[in-house]
Amino acid sequence: MSAGTAGTGTGAAGTGAAGTGTGTMSTGDRRDEAATTGSRGTRLLGLGVLVGVVALILLGFFAAPADDEQRDAVRMIFVHVPSAFLTYTALLTTAVGSVMWLWKRSRWWDIVAHSAAEMGVIFCGLTLFTGSVWGRPTWNTYWDWGDVRLVTTLILLLMMVGYLALRAAGGDENAVATRAAVVGLLAAVNLPIINRSVEWWANRTLHQKSSLTDGNLEDLTLFTLFVGIVVWALFFVWAMVHRFRIGWLEHQLASVELEAALVQRRAEASAGSAEEASL
Amino acid sequence: MLADVWLVTDKDLRIEWRSRVTLSQVVPFALTVLVLFGFALDANRGVLNAATSGLFWLTVLFVTVVAVARSTAIETADGARRALLLAGIEPAAVFFGKTLAVALQLLGVEILMVGGVLVFYGTTVESLPLLLATCAVATVGIAASGTLLGALVAGVRARETVLPILLLPLLAPVLIAASRAFDDALGVLAVDGWAWLGLLGGFGVVNAALGTLAYGRLLEEA
Repeated sequence: MSAGTAGTGTGAAGTGAAGTGTGTMSTGDRRDEAATTGSRGTRLLGLGVLVGVVALILLGFFAAPADDEQRDAVRMIFVHVPSAFLTYTALLTTAVGSVMWLWKRSRWWDIVAHSAAEMGVIFCGLTLFTGSVWGRPTWNTYWDWGDVRLVTTLILLLMMVGYLALRAAGGDENAVATRAAVVGLLAAVNLPIINRSVEWWANRTLHQKSSLTDGNLEDLTLFTLFVGIVVWALFFVWAMVHRFRIGWLEHQLASVELEAALVQRRAEASAGSAEEASL
Repeated sequence: MLADVWLVTDKDLRIEWRSRVTLSQVVPFALTVLVLFGFALDANRGVLNAATSGLFWLTVLFVTVVAVARSTAIETADGARRALLLAGIEPAAVFFGKTLAVALQLLGVEILMVGGVLVFYGTTVESLPLLLATCAVATVGIAASGTLLGALVAGVRARETVLPILLLPLLAPVLIAASRAFDDALGVLAVDGWAWLGLLGGFGVVNAALGTLAYGRLLEEA
């Protein structure tokens, strides 16, 4: 369960970060002041995630029984199903943020869309990774082109990576936001078409129809899965808040730098005219 | 509106006719890719024949990247985009005009490529109407999403590399649907090719609608 430990690691680093509340960098003079993305709320949340991950490890590895057919591989769903759920939550958040930027020109939503896309890529990768690892003992193959959800999710990952690459390419802050918003919307509205095309193409699916509703899962397994969804969702929120605050600080830094550059140019200009006058 | 659409299409096609970039660079590029697929998959015509549809549309996707880059370059050079904005033409008309110009050029390349696969891959056509309909419907969707993304990356510094990573995954359903429709038209597989056209049409409508809404913003800001 490498994903679990990775989560714990980040959680510890984040919650342990020392700081004096959310730093505001409104003026150029205060730029040297240490800024942190941690606050009392996020530290509490981070602590909750840590406790949750420990509980999930105990439940997932020791309490929940092995499945009759899938044996220990069934434990993968405690990471796989929550990540898949959060991947699509992230995509939806990015789409909403994109609409809000295009409609209201809200910087807040623009940064939300960006943060959610990054979270989406992480969870999408995690979904595909855990799915492949689970597929090897269960289907006897890491990858199956006949599985609709698997292939659709891979194309989604490629599109979200493209979204982040576009963001990373840089440029004027407003232009980047508008471009990214259109790409975010393109990904969201095309997803049903992609899903349908893959479905017709593959014409069959290996995927579990839905383990949640067919009653095949033991009660304790189901409970652990529920705990898994809650814990991962909390981690998602925790990481989103931090990522958002970083985005917000970056945005403020950009305006501070612009302001500083303007002041400098004006000083140069007045110095130049003073020199001319003295001549 | 329609007159404006044709004005933009006419402008792009006339620029193409005078510079002949598609004719002298895009067509040879498409034929080169087709020939290289032949090398990659052995001189065994059985393999090539079975893979014709997929290779054909994969080549079209590569050609689209080149064609869209060219269509965008026309507007980025010499501040032509500003002039287009100042001309007082509806952004939606600009979008459809440029889409039509790209689509017509792509269709021209596709017709030449059909000739190419008939000669090099030994393909036979079983249903010409289906083949032509697939080309027409798929190309409109490809051109619409390509034109939208072209305007989107116009102001990006690394647009040559950003365009393909955004455009190619988006066109994945077109590759799937158009290839299956071609499988039917070429008699490679017994599938219902006409059913796939509906999906291609849906893709075209959705992306053209988004393009109509977003193009103005991209033209002004991005």
